[in-house]
Amino acid sequence: MRYLPLTPDDRTQMLGTIGVPDIDALFKDVPTAARKTELFELPRRAGELEVERELGKLAAMNRPAGAGPFFCGAGAYRHHVPASVDHIIQRSEFLTSYTPYQPEIAQGTLQVLFEFQTQVAALTGLEVANASMYDGSTACAEAVIMSQRVTRREKAILSGGLHPHYAATTQTIAHAEGMKIVRQAGAIDAEAAVIAAIDAQTACVVVQTPNVFGVVTDVTKIAEAAHVAGALLIVVTTEAVSFGLLKSPGEMGADIAVAEGQSIGNALNYGGPYIGLLAAREKLVRQMPGRLCGETVDADGRRGYVLTLSTREQHIRREKATSNICTNSGLCALAFTVHLSLLGEVGLRQLAALNHSRARELKDALDGIVEVLTPRFFNEIAVRVPDAANVVEALLADGIIAGVPYSRLDPHAGLDDVLLLAATETTTSDDIAALVAALKGRLGR
Amino acid sequence: MSMSSVGRPTQPNVGASIGGHASLTGGRGLLQDEPLLFELGGWDKTGVDFDAAEHDASDLGDLVRSRPIGLSGLSEPETMRHYVRLSQKNHAIDLALYPLGSCTMKHNPRLNEKMARLSGFADLHPLQPMSTTQGALELMDRLAHWLKTLTGMPAVALTPKAGAHGELCGLLCIRAAHEAAGHGHRRRVLVPTSAHGTNPATAAFVGYSVQEIAQTADGRVDLSDLAAKLGPDVAAIMVTNPNTCGLFERDVIEIARLTHEAGAYFYCDGANFNAIVGRVRPGDLGVDAMHINLHKTFSTPHGGGGPGAGPVVLSKALAPFAPAPWIVHGSQGLELVEETKAEAAQAFGRMCAFQGQMGMFVRAYAYMRSHGSDGLRQVAEDAVLNANYVKAVLSAQMTPAFPDGPCMHEALFSDAWLDDTGVTTLDFAKAMIDEGFHPMTMYFPLVVHGAMLIEPTETESKRELDRFCGALLALAKAAKAGDVDRFKGAPYLAPMRRLDETLAARKPKLTWRPDDSTVAPTPLAAE
Amino acid sequence: MRFTKDHEWVEVDDNIATVGITAYAAEQLGDVVFVETPDVGKAVKAGDGFAVVESVKAASDVYAPVSGEVVEANGALGDAPDTVNAEPEAAGWFAKVRLSNPAEVEALMDRPAYEAYLQTL
Repeated sequence: MRYLPLTPDDRTQMLGTIGVPDIDALFKDVPTAARKTELFELPRRAGELEVERELGKLAAMNRPAGAGPFFCGAGAYRHHVPASVDHIIQRSEFLTSYTPYQPEIAQGTLQVLFEFQTQVAALTGLEVANASMYDGSTACAEAVIMSQRVTRREKAILSGGLHPHYAATTQTIAHAEGMKIVRQAGAIDAEAAVIAAIDAQTACVVVQTPNVFGVVTDVTKIAEAAHVAGALLIVVTTEAVSFGLLKSPGEMGADIAVAEGQSIGNALNYGGPYIGLLAAREKLVRQMPGRLCGETVDADGRRGYVLTLSTREQHIRREKATSNICTNSGLCALAFTVHLSLLGEVGLRQLAALNHSRARELKDALDGIVEVLTPRFFNEIAVRVPDAANVVEALLADGIIAGVPYSRLDPHAGLDDVLLLAATETTTSDDIAALVAALKGRLGR
Repeated sequence: MSMSSVGRPTQPNVGASIGGHASLTGGRGLLQDEPLLFELGGWDKTGVDFDAAEHDASDLGDLVRSRPIGLSGLSEPETMRHYVRLSQKNHAIDLALYPLGSCTMKHNPRLNEKMARLSGFADLHPLQPMSTTQGALELMDRLAHWLKTLTGMPAVALTPKAGAHGELCGLLCIRAAHEAAGHGHRRRVLVPTSAHGTNPATAAFVGYSVQEIAQTADGRVDLSDLAAKLGPDVAAIMVTNPNTCGLFERDVIEIARLTHEAGAYFYCDGANFNAIVGRVRPGDLGVDAMHINLHKTFSTPHGGGGPGAGPVVLSKALAPFAPAPWIVHGSQGLELVEETKAEAAQAFGRMCAFQGQMGMFVRAYAYMRSHGSDGLRQVAEDAVLNANYVKAVLSAQMTPAFPDGPCMHEALFSDAWLDDTGVTTLDFAKAMIDEGFHPMTMYFPLVVHGAMLIEPTETESKRELDRFCGALLALAKAAKAGDVDRFKGAPYLAPMRRLDETLAARKPKLTWRPDDSTVAPTPLAAE
Repeated sequence: MRFTKDHEWVEVDDNIATVGITAYAAEQLGDVVFVETPDVGKAVKAGDGFAVVESVKAASDVYAPVSGEVVEANGALGDAPDTVNAEPEAAGWFAKVRLSNPAEVEALMDRPAYEAYLQTL
């Protein structure tokens, strides 16, 4: 077996050193009834070539996003990632290291995390950020639970513009934690209904911008209303590239910002691994979940970095921890940070502008064929087409993946005629032309 | 006040340096003193070229940001150098044995990386039509089959994104099952003193109270204490097996029987599954739910702290409560059930957006296929053999916490052998760094004083084990011979000396703050 | 000054009890990095957790040694948590409590009794 270095001779010698006759003697504490003597009914070992063949076959059964016109967004976005990013994250020292609990020999990972935290704080316009969560949806749930610790209130109001998977995840996890979740009905301009729901029991309001229908909203008024009531405003963003163009959550009064960071540095990966971003006002830092990296000095007085404020975490605080999170998305954070280093201020602004430009092109092309529902958008729009799910299926025959029917996210919202389409820098004018032609054909317009 | 006596010292010990030679520039030979990205780059620098945007953002009016972001950019050559220099300050499995107990730091096969990057997996959107992702769903279904077969459990929830997330998923299944049976009053969870911190943290997270179960002198769950604490308000027990002392719970079947008799469920923390994979099925031990850390047993890379994946296998009683989404064989091929309504109404909800850590599923499946049922069995055997070998060899100088009988995949030592040397577990661990090894897990589990938990894994050769044991024995002799400076000031030869964690926590500095010269003017000249 | 087995101290002046942790506790904790003091006006019961003290590697609950109402918290610890290490039984106090049951104080150990208790640990 190519991954197992011990030879039969080694094994015999080592058993001798230990002083047992055979390997079974080392498993003697396992109850006899539970010892499997025969091999499991599964295939035997396979060489690289054979494994490559099997997985290659499975991969070939799928239609990659890049294989033709493609317009899916709704929480995951196809962007171009520079080749150097993948090279760096495959460095052994990053790929095959553990959580940096021994800072003297983990300064590489730690300095990256410090850079990551700084970038996330800058993007969101807030003072502190943690070293990543699993993804945007779980970060959202954690932020809601964090608001309960800060305000000692139990009610969370989720805007109808919040991604339904985020709402469901938050409902599951925060409800389990003892919170009362008020989930507002999905609607294109859902933010208007949020302010009316805030009351003196509200711990937080959760608003997404751009929202799941692509609508960009200035949440300043919601922030004011929340703060008057003593509640926190949590702003969710599922498309991190939008930070390059739009007002940041911090600038609009958010207390906590959470985001899906997949768009920067990370592939679509059929849903994971992704990377949750979580940032907050400085005064909330001790209520934050997850790891934090901080600056300090070593015994020679040289600047270095360590994991800090770890008494919030499960390995010290146990049942009183702010969260149970341990493993996070370290390597995805590295990819995010490297990609954002390559982009820089100028590059991210250009990338964001380019995304918005492509979406305007898409919107202009669709105007007149279908009703465009999103008034103000970044790189994603909602349009009205009868039975959107069927339209998407039909356009597959034309080689086009025409976006995400809203009913896939929430079949019970009564929005079966809403189709979500995203355009990014990877979308070409030819892609848009193909979509328009196919839609015209299918809709008979 | 409640007080932990196991806390370790956290301030740097300023000691004499070895040799006394320092470079003039702050570097150490090829190890460069590398500034932060924000000190190297500039707001006007970039490593990416774009076409100009054809349409502007005038349609967005004052929704457009009015302030600079505060980012710093680098060209591609500068980026490569910055991150490669940083990488060289890390220890890694690819450099040397990485004996962190409870973490299973084994070799990460590169074939798995290659497979995960196939565009047919990596370039798939989670919401594209299911008819265009049949191969991905097939892979998930095959992975599920392997996990169910290896654990002897009838169902698996694939979505949890890490071990702790899996624990949460398992406990939510248990809670939903109790509530469905009208037993919502069961809100107490029993956890052994030696448990991972995530166990009590997770139980508290779902609103359960946590009670500790005592441990016997030979490092196992105390059955009489368990029996005394089980009762009509107990929802579940959470037991790690093999446990965190590296020992198999001999009485596990009796533990399960007592638990079930009391109407509670048996949650098994599967962090240590590597010791028994291919040889023992948790389903045969009476387990109701267990998470499997794909980043441990099935070797998806740890990546400096993630991403991981923590699928949860479930017994028949808990399976109906598993969260969405899951895969079914439908008329049109494989389908994801994404809604917790109608026929799936018992599902407790959703753990995350989308369908889990596909990138990790591909790697773990490639790992399983490469090993096969025979190779996986050999994995467990070699992992256990390596740990027992290390235990036998190191016992010449160090004190095994449980000397009688074999350990499983990790060997646990106490600090009794350091008594009167003036050297602590922490000092000893830091001196290991100077010898080129990553320290073992320290001060965990909490039940052993000054604990040192060593998990070599099966991917270490005998030669590397001998090199490792040789270094530790030499250090142990030095400690006993009074060579205290070697330990108190260690590490001397690492990229950094000991860091001041007190300073970091008292005056937290968590981000780099820009000054005016490093921030872009508003509006940007480039726009 | 009176002491508890959980290493809190109490000093009563005109029915107001000043509460802190003992020099022994401060030394065992190591460098204190953060103290969470109770809100003024909070009603506490003897034995309840009413403050948290953190060192780098441990977070410990501090239990109220007496019952009553919190009338003052030591705000200076926010910026200078190291005061708990420097002067645990003086400037490093945590909170002042107006006693609702002064008899509780009498039940606590005096210094010789506390020092004898420390010998048994």
